[in-house]
Amino acid sequence: MRIPTFSVPLLLPLLLGTLSPPAPANTSQVHERTLGNGLKVLVKEDRRAPIVTSQVWYKVGSSYEPSGLTGISHLLEHMMFKGTDKLAPGEFSRIIAANGGDENAFTGRDYTAYFQTLAADRLPIAFELEAERMRSLALPAPEFVKELEVVKEERRLSTEDDPEALTFEQFNAMAYEVSPYRNPVIGWASDLEGMQVTDLRDWYRQWYAPNNATLVVVGDVDPAWVFSLAEQYFGPLPAESISLTRGGGDPPQRGTKRIQVKAPAKEPYLLLGYKTTALGHASQDWEPYALEMLASILDGGSSARLSRELIRGSHLAASAGASYNAFSRLPGMLLLDGIPALGHTVEELEQALLAQVQRLRDEPVAEAELERIRNQLIAAKVYEKDSVYAQARQIGSLETIGLGWELMEQYVEHLSRITPEQIQAVARQYLVPESLTIAILVPQALASVDATASANLRGGLAHAGH
Amino acid sequence: MPDTNLLPSPLRVWLLFVCLLPLSPSLLATPSIDTWENSQGAKVLFVAAPDLPMLDLRVVFPAGSARDGDRPGLASLTADLLDQGAGDWDADTIAERLEAVGAELGIEAQRDMAAISLRTLTRESALDQALETLVQIISRPRFAPADFNRVRANALVSLNRDDQDPATLGQKAFYRLLYGDHPYAIDPAGTPASLAALTPEDLRAFHARHYVARQAVIALVGAITRPQAEAIAERITSGLGPGEPAPSLPPVPANASGNLERIHFPSTQTHVFTGQAGMTRTDPDYFPLYVGNHILGGSGLVSLLMDEVREKRGLSYSVYSYFLPLAERGPFLAGLATKNDQGPQARNVLIATIQRFRDEGPSQEEMEAAVKNITGGFPLRIAGNRKIAQYLAIIGFYGLPLDYLDRFNERVRAVTVETIRDAFQRRIDPSRFTTVIVGPAIIDQSQ
Repeated sequence: MRIPTFSVPLLLPLLLGTLSPPAPANTSQVHERTLGNGLKVLVKEDRRAPIVTSQVWYKVGSSYEPSGLTGISHLLEHMMFKGTDKLAPGEFSRIIAANGGDENAFTGRDYTAYFQTLAADRLPIAFELEAERMRSLALPAPEFVKELEVVKEERRLSTEDDPEALTFEQFNAMAYEVSPYRNPVIGWASDLEGMQVTDLRDWYRQWYAPNNATLVVVGDVDPAWVFSLAEQYFGPLPAESISLTRGGGDPPQRGTKRIQVKAPAKEPYLLLGYKTTALGHASQDWEPYALEMLASILDGGSSARLSRELIRGSHLAASAGASYNAFSRLPGMLLLDGIPALGHTVEELEQALLAQVQRLRDEPVAEAELERIRNQLIAAKVYEKDSVYAQARQIGSLETIGLGWELMEQYVEHLSRITPEQIQAVARQYLVPESLTIAILVPQALASVDATASANLRGGLAHAGH
Repeated sequence: MPDTNLLPSPLRVWLLFVCLLPLSPSLLATPSIDTWENSQGAKVLFVAAPDLPMLDLRVVFPAGSARDGDRPGLASLTADLLDQGAGDWDADTIAERLEAVGAELGIEAQRDMAAISLRTLTRESALDQALETLVQIISRPRFAPADFNRVRANALVSLNRDDQDPATLGQKAFYRLLYGDHPYAIDPAGTPASLAALTPEDLRAFHARHYVARQAVIALVGAITRPQAEAIAERITSGLGPGEPAPSLPPVPANASGNLERIHFPSTQTHVFTGQAGMTRTDPDYFPLYVGNHILGGSGLVSLLMDEVREKRGLSYSVYSYFLPLAERGPFLAGLATKNDQGPQARNVLIATIQRFRDEGPSQEEMEAAVKNITGGFPLRIAGNRKIAQYLAIIGFYGLPLDYLDRFNERVRAVTVETIRDAFQRRIDPSRFTTVIVGPAIIDQSQ
């Protein structure tokens, strides 16, 4: 399966397949401290290797953006590498590199995060640099002008020239009417066109402050040492008054929506989404967990229903997938997608996916299917500990979405308690035609590829033509 | 979608290549590698990692697309079919047996090798069921006609999707143009015509020829003891014939002159791929070329190409260069994507930066920074059982010395500005580059 993602970073690590069950208490301990300026610091010891990952998570992302400024969070993320009061553009990265570190950043719908992974004794370097750019970003206009062009190129690369990503973008804009999840993380092209450096200065001032951030550290470190370092580097930063975001809820959908997306392509692509709920929004706390389990019944591996029945059984689909994310700030969708197999149409595939949904409404899932998913969850929780980065990312995202890192220790239990009846209940409640949106990629000719892929040789090597 | 045929992306190359770095002895001892030959002649490499109750296992064979001959796609389709029915079990049963115990299976065919990786819990019931399934997959694949037809049909859909992505299209063309008649020209995914001509018997013969015990390399990292590792390694090859060594691949001939292919494509960006045959895994110039390329285009945000193309001019989101070291000379490839009217300018900056680096070499400061980055970053790159298993498989497959990791840092530190410049001047020459440009037809003023 391949459901297109929300720009560079996305919440996929929190999708069910990689969700992690609770580990033995002695290894899963997270130490928490909040500084006087409101910065929350979360530390988890992992002594397997002499490394540490340090991540700063800000509670801002594309779902915070007003109309006209879509993409500003991601653009600001790029500008965070372009100098501060004390650091020249690019110097942040050069210092991290010279210390053997890996670094990057990602923006999602609900967060913007920055990370460095490096030898554990270099942690103070990461802290000093991150503290500097938390409140003292330079945002020089000439750098902004160039970086805006870079982000436009990123948009062309990741969306404009990718027919399935383009379909996903149009699908979201169609499905959501009010929710900011209708906007792409990278921003609409017209909004990027009009973006000003002053907009970024305002956005930075509004959201980048210790009391709107979480610092997550996982690795070969002593929590007391990390807390004292955090106090030393981040403690002096002033807090900011953070305004609450308002609204964001879609009105109830009143019927199936359909959209066609025409783009140069060779294969059609089908995308279905049902408006659902999320943790913190559901009338019953178990509902999002039941939806997670439902998505795994369909697509929790090669033995799940979509692979078994649509790819292998009926040979209808070349690929088919399902996904749902209980861990989002605002309610999202349960998504189904697929590409028809040779000799089959996208309409046939749509009917087959709808029949799968109908079956979930009609009959309870088998206990054996649930047992298999529980075992996968337990194993995934163990596997996840092979990566300090993955552990930190989970802590940071749960905290930033507003659910709290403690959920990391509990959610496998929540998932494991879900019954066949509960899955049937959420299928009946949420997977209904009234809340469905369907997008179909209608391929447009790539004629020039077939006709003109001939070699135009300069050097005249004999083997050039094919 | 079976994506096992995809070309190595720059990221994957980076993982296989940059990550194969040594541990700085002052920070951490390198993982202690136990190695032996099992009773059937397979090479085994084992690192005990007792902290987590899990095992990462990677088995590789010289069964990549370089062995396709006149049947492109043969190696990939063979690999894709392994878990679609084996021994007494059909595809559903295999998937159920693995996933019921939380095991994860990955199979892929690259140019040199086919790799089967398994991640499982070491709890005995899980470990045993996962291994029992793996053994059948490796040694008794069915290649049943119905499964073959289904997987091949889906591979054709996958080829169509490749054709709608300008980057994939361009990279395939680059290999085709650069390698000509050499086996590395073959795209692992094959072509519609070559897939159509394949039969289950072709796959069965390819499997019998190349999935053989004496050519297998088995890498194990996890919470098992040496006796357990020995027993597992015996079991994995128990159903395989001993086999014969695969013949050596032909050397890659030098480009006499440059060549260029344009592919017209209705995209908003123009993609540029340019380069030439690079180096082998055991190349005498490996370290100067590796460290040099790290400076030129292999170190992300701080590379020279990133600075010239992106940071100074805002021309591209992604710009890179890399050596992909293979059994014979893999490519040196540089690339970028930019909006169409900037294509000629971006390409000129790309080539000029490579040319200047070739002529002048790095500065002392640039070289010292790169060495610090590579040696200081080593602990990150072996932090994780899966990563270590990948390195072990590469060491075993390419016959790298066992102290390769231990001595890597000292070899990186031995590189100088002069050895980098010397190696680049002998090995890299932009006037002989193979270039592929994908994008709409636009008058290129530089031509």
